[in-house]
Amino acid sequence: MKFAVIVFPGSNCDRDMYYAAKDALGAEAELVWYQDSSLEGYDAILLPGGFSYGDYLRCGAIASTSEIVKSLHREADRGTPILGVCNGFQILLESGLLPGALLRNKGLKFLCHHEHLVVRNNQTLFTSEYEKGQMISIPIAHGEGNYFCDPTTLAQLKANNQIVFTYQNNPNGSVEDIAGIVNEKGNVLGMMPHPERATEAILGSEDGLNLFKSMLVNWRESYVTNA
Amino acid sequence: MLQTLEVSPETIEREKHYREMGLSDQEYQSIVGILGRRPNFTETGIFSVMWSEHCSYKTSKPLLRKFPTEGQQVIQGPGEGAGIVDIGDGQAVAFKIESHNHPSAVEPYQGAATGVGGIIRDIFSMGARPIASLNSLRFGPLTTGRVKYLFDEVVHGIAGYGNCVGVPTVGGEIQFDACYEGNPLVNAMCVGLIDQKDIQKGIAAGLGNTVLYVGSKTGRDGIHGATFASEDLTEDSESKRSNVQVGDPFMEKLLIEACLEAIKSDALVGMQDMGAAGLTSSASEMASKAGMGMEMNLDLIPQREANMTAYEMMLSESQERMLLVVEKGREHEITSIFEKYQLEAVAVGQVTDDKQFRLLHQGKVVCDIPVDSLAEDAPVYNKPSQIPAYYEKFQAMPAYYPKVTNHGELLEQLLAQPTIASKEYVYDQYDSMVQANTVVAPGSDAAVVRIRGYDKAIAITTDCNARYIYLDPEMGGKIAVAEAARNIIASGAKPLALTDGLNFGNPDKPENFWQMEKSVEGMAAASLALNTPVISGNVSLYNESNGQSIFPTPIVGMVGLHQSTKDITTSHFKASGDVIILIGETKPEFGGSELQNLLEKQYYGKAPSIDLAIEQKHQNQLLSAIQKGLVKSAHDLSEGGLAVALAESLFSTKQLGADVQLTGDATTMLFSESQSRFLITVAPADKKRVLAEIEDAAPIGTVTETADLKITINDNMLISKPMTVLESRWKGAIPCLLKSKA
Repeated sequence: MKFAVIVFPGSNCDRDMYYAAKDALGAEAELVWYQDSSLEGYDAILLPGGFSYGDYLRCGAIASTSEIVKSLHREADRGTPILGVCNGFQILLESGLLPGALLRNKGLKFLCHHEHLVVRNNQTLFTSEYEKGQMISIPIAHGEGNYFCDPTTLAQLKANNQIVFTYQNNPNGSVEDIAGIVNEKGNVLGMMPHPERATEAILGSEDGLNLFKSMLVNWRESYVTNA
Repeated sequence: MLQTLEVSPETIEREKHYREMGLSDQEYQSIVGILGRRPNFTETGIFSVMWSEHCSYKTSKPLLRKFPTEGQQVIQGPGEGAGIVDIGDGQAVAFKIESHNHPSAVEPYQGAATGVGGIIRDIFSMGARPIASLNSLRFGPLTTGRVKYLFDEVVHGIAGYGNCVGVPTVGGEIQFDACYEGNPLVNAMCVGLIDQKDIQKGIAAGLGNTVLYVGSKTGRDGIHGATFASEDLTEDSESKRSNVQVGDPFMEKLLIEACLEAIKSDALVGMQDMGAAGLTSSASEMASKAGMGMEMNLDLIPQREANMTAYEMMLSESQERMLLVVEKGREHEITSIFEKYQLEAVAVGQVTDDKQFRLLHQGKVVCDIPVDSLAEDAPVYNKPSQIPAYYEKFQAMPAYYPKVTNHGELLEQLLAQPTIASKEYVYDQYDSMVQANTVVAPGSDAAVVRIRGYDKAIAITTDCNARYIYLDPEMGGKIAVAEAARNIIASGAKPLALTDGLNFGNPDKPENFWQMEKSVEGMAAASLALNTPVISGNVSLYNESNGQSIFPTPIVGMVGLHQSTKDITTSHFKASGDVIILIGETKPEFGGSELQNLLEKQYYGKAPSIDLAIEQKHQNQLLSAIQKGLVKSAHDLSEGGLAVALAESLFSTKQLGADVQLTGDATTMLFSESQSRFLITVAPADKKRVLAEIEDAAPIGTVTETADLKITINDNMLISKPMTVLESRWKGAIPCLLKSKA
């Protein structure tokens, strides 16, 4: 399985994501500079965290206008799994690939520590290796992770089972404790917490590894089915 | 305000305008001697910043020579952007600490942010990838609105810059004392990782090679920042807000990536960041170090504002700029890298062989001075030194011994003292985990960052108890180095080297200079004894506000190496039943203690004493026990003594407690700040072996399943507190102070 990690100017978790896929998971991974417009030949796409374009204007807003986002839309339509973490989530929202928006944390401060997440939906390409209701410890590191959407969208998210992760102790004011959501089709996941920082015991938690394993397992299955 | 209206050389001399730029009459005369003529306005400005304390160390140089700077592990000592030590496998770490005190006093957010940005540039200018940041902060008591504002904004500034640039802020320390009220200290340290073969130097070698300007455009911000940093803070300092630069961490992130790509090309000859004194210092130092000269055409400098004068361009401290020297004819190989990151990279001059620093602007030569005179001919002053009266008085006093009636209540109060209280409010705002290598985040004795791909890690700490140094500079200087090393050891690493962030008051006062002299001597002695040479550093003088000096605060930033990640040890107790062992002798030493601060609201008497031979013995024996896998937790005893260390070792352990039995004087055993002590825990089966291997070690109790801290002294239960009570005092103190009305 081959992962693409898209690097925007100002991305800073790109290498972390690359190592999670390559070393912790043992898959193939490549860093793809945002000006390389093609995403052909990758089995999954990772949008890393950081501060693309310095978070100027609005988190993820400028990155969402780049050429590569057009390719991202094509891949999303084709069903390629796409994971956006932190700034990557913000870019997915700004690109319209996921609904809603991220506001400043309710305490108006950047927060960095481990949080307990609850796996609400384990029937996705990203969470099948978790138990439903399982509690996992994953770090957060964001100033604007307060997920917001209007009541209609929220009702849709719930009806379609699109809420994948929630916070056990909501740190940022997110609606319904939402930490991560998936698109209706189920192949685009956006989340604020950083699973790539929780893939080795020495870093304090391995709970994020199953997210990458889920992607690998589901890719294998789809490969077998398609072949 | 400083004049930027350019006056003639004659007027500069007649009206003594050079004084406004920080030059003395004598210094001006020696410049006239060097040039054989009067310097023009631009040249006067260039001399004034290069001869400022910040760039020339003219006052501190005689003291800095006392530091040991060599050792088997040292690859690069003082003199470059950062010092470098060997960590094996062809790898090395580069590190340095730098102050940004004065800017932070007038514009705390940008002052702190650009402090972080500047030190990060020092690291990647060596070719190293920045892998960890730390900071050492000092503020007045958190009781006035102004101090709360400074505290909050300094923290925001560090977070705002560090988080964006993607370098984890893994640790540091914060202390509060009245002497810092008007003059806070903001010292930032950065550590970078490099393959030894990639080490760069800031040299402008090779006749005819091209000088490349890279990064942000030059604006009028920060003009004369280095001179500002070399003056006392007064009520007029507010008017120098425009001397403070504004940071752009996004630009810095692009610069890091581009510069680290550029070092892979052999077309690159040298690289240096434009830090204090901006273009002037980077260009002249690079030429001087290579034994060459340099000519630049200022018309080519990318400018943010219209009609900038040569003086303004040369003295601007606009951030996120680098100067590169590139092989003639191969410029494109380097500029194409910067183009990828949409950064400006402009040829602005060339290396010459006449050792002159020559600048052209609008067709005229606006500066033509011997380049070595800037870097090497700065005057060196041997300032008069005098023992302060307070020191003699303190030394003659009988030892301070506090009267304590309720030891349990006192422990609670100590835990709520801001210097001891939890700094989670601060650390939570820093991204301490980006790069996914942080093994021990803020909150233990030293931060630990693993080296990816190898079974090894580095430990990093910053330390300085300025109260001891105020009471006894030499003893306190030794303690500062020893305590930093103790933190490194407690984390399971071997100390390698240190960087010093020397913060002092006005050196023209002989009593202040004596403090500098003695504390440096103390630090030098400890560095030598513990084999931790000084490989880089920074000097910040004139830390006074309205005539009042800060405590002498020479901050020690130290780096150590874990030979295996298995050795990584934290301060937290691990399991019930483990044996708690105290290493080292406890004497009634309360001068400069947190207890004295709490009870007396001032510091007097003698500082704790330290014997470097004993210190070294304890450190070596503990490290050896850790490396044998015998130690489950290790914590250095510092402010608040044993009682505070016990409580700290239990915080965040979830549901553990301790049952401790001591004999002797209760107040001394609980709260003395005697040096060279550690608190460790070991499995019951290893107790005998550990006691045999470490001298001066005694079992004092056990870790319990019940989350209470119980301390019995001479068979009297003096402290029995639920950990929840202690933890809420410790955690709540700083947020509570910040919320309370000033």
